[in-house]
Amino acid sequence: MQEVTTLTQQPKRRARRSVNWLKVLPWIVPLAILIGWQAAVSFNWITSSLIPAPTTVIQDGITLWQNGELPKNIAISLYRATAGFAIGGSVGFVLGLINGLVKPIRALLDSPIQMLRNIPHLSLIPLMIILMGIGEPAKIALVAIGVMFPMYINTYQGITGADPELLEMGRAYGLSRRALFTRVIFPGALANILMGVRYALGVMWTTLIVAETISATSGLGYMATNAQEFMRMDTVLLCILIYALLGKLSDVIAKNLERLFLSWRQGGVDA
Amino acid sequence: MTNPIVQLQHVEKVYGDKTVLNDIQLNLYPGEFLALVGMSGGGKSTILRLIAGLEAPTAGHLSREKGLVMRVMFQNDRLLPWLTNLDNVSFKNRDPEVISEAKSLLHAVGLTDKSTGYPAQLSGGQKQRLALARALLAKPQLLLLDEPLGALDALTRQRMQDLILKIFTEQKLSTLLITHDVNEAARMADRIIVVRDGQLVAETTGARGQSPEAVAQTAARVLQAILSEEPVTS
Repeated sequence: MQEVTTLTQQPKRRARRSVNWLKVLPWIVPLAILIGWQAAVSFNWITSSLIPAPTTVIQDGITLWQNGELPKNIAISLYRATAGFAIGGSVGFVLGLINGLVKPIRALLDSPIQMLRNIPHLSLIPLMIILMGIGEPAKIALVAIGVMFPMYINTYQGITGADPELLEMGRAYGLSRRALFTRVIFPGALANILMGVRYALGVMWTTLIVAETISATSGLGYMATNAQEFMRMDTVLLCILIYALLGKLSDVIAKNLERLFLSWRQGGVDA
Repeated sequence: MTNPIVQLQHVEKVYGDKTVLNDIQLNLYPGEFLALVGMSGGGKSTILRLIAGLEAPTAGHLSREKGLVMRVMFQNDRLLPWLTNLDNVSFKNRDPEVISEAKSLLHAVGLTDKSTGYPAQLSGGQKQRLALARALLAKPQLLLLDEPLGALDALTRQRMQDLILKIFTEQKLSTLLITHDVNEAARMADRIIVVRDGQLVAETTGARGQSPEAVAQTAARVLQAILSEEPVTS
């Protein structure tokens, strides 16, 4: 007869305390660029009048912050961005929701929306200037149009892409239409909707900066264009750095929204 | 004789130009455990879907007892991944009575300690136990099992069979089991019907609660009926 051997587990060796490299890694490339940039200017590999050193850019930032120019322009850009995002995002979300849920409305609206979606929204700048001038409404409207489509497409796809097997289960279990929406359709669409938010945040900045570069008397885009006219490379680079930081901020917001609403995705089999 | 809770008379189901079910005559009686067995594509799941009201017959008549509460357990668990395990049972109903019932069902299927977790953290067997708890919340009179144990390993499968049988006995549920596993049918059912090419071709008595030899003999008889053209007798 075969013997049964009892297998006992060896006690795990205590893991050595080590640096969490995954947290450090994302900073390495930006830091290396900064150091390389600083070194290139310090060792005169590139002319500082053409590309000023990071320290000069930061110094310029401090000066502009202290004289109130930078906070004023950041504030006005943030206002345009959030107002445009709120309007366009809401319209896109509601349209996506309605078109996803109601077939006759989908038949009526989806086709014209798809036609409009394929027009590059930045090509609407001349139209907006003629119709609305160079005031706030034109810029906010442009951001809203840019943001609306990614929100619409992703919400629509999320809603229409609801798992038919889960819908069948919901109906078989007697869920009301409302419960079917709140328990099955909407939570299932949320990942897509949040992807729309992430994409829309990117479009929001791009649209705003372009709009402010072409037709504005304030905002970050204007600040960069104005600096270019006076050959202030330090301010131009400062604006680019701020765009990068705002882009990163958008990414952090999107990630946190996903973490908040899609927490169920984390974790694997534990039994 | 007791009136059937579900009755199918000359039921036919056609998809396009393919007849999936042909002249089905079937009664389901209160308190009985009926198993439909047969090879894949034979039409047994379609019978369950018609009884559950998920699809309508192309021809014939299907009647259910008035006010009959039915619940289906599907082959895949169909749990909502975004709801906690407890919420999957209660569908996030906030009524304290429903929550309390959902908790006691989680206890009955041995998942009390998993109530705040999510389905993704459960094993295949645990997911099906959770789906069973969900099916039982509405206190159904008829439980429709559409090969829910098909994807489980042998040991987990047997444990699930025992759990279903325990609940069947305790709650006096009528149960319809769809399976391709003849041993499962023999071990669990009162009555076994063989479905082949969209027709009910044979009927025999199950061997629930009987010796392993009796179960094996019944299973062999059913298997023979599935593979041959001849009807079997109990």
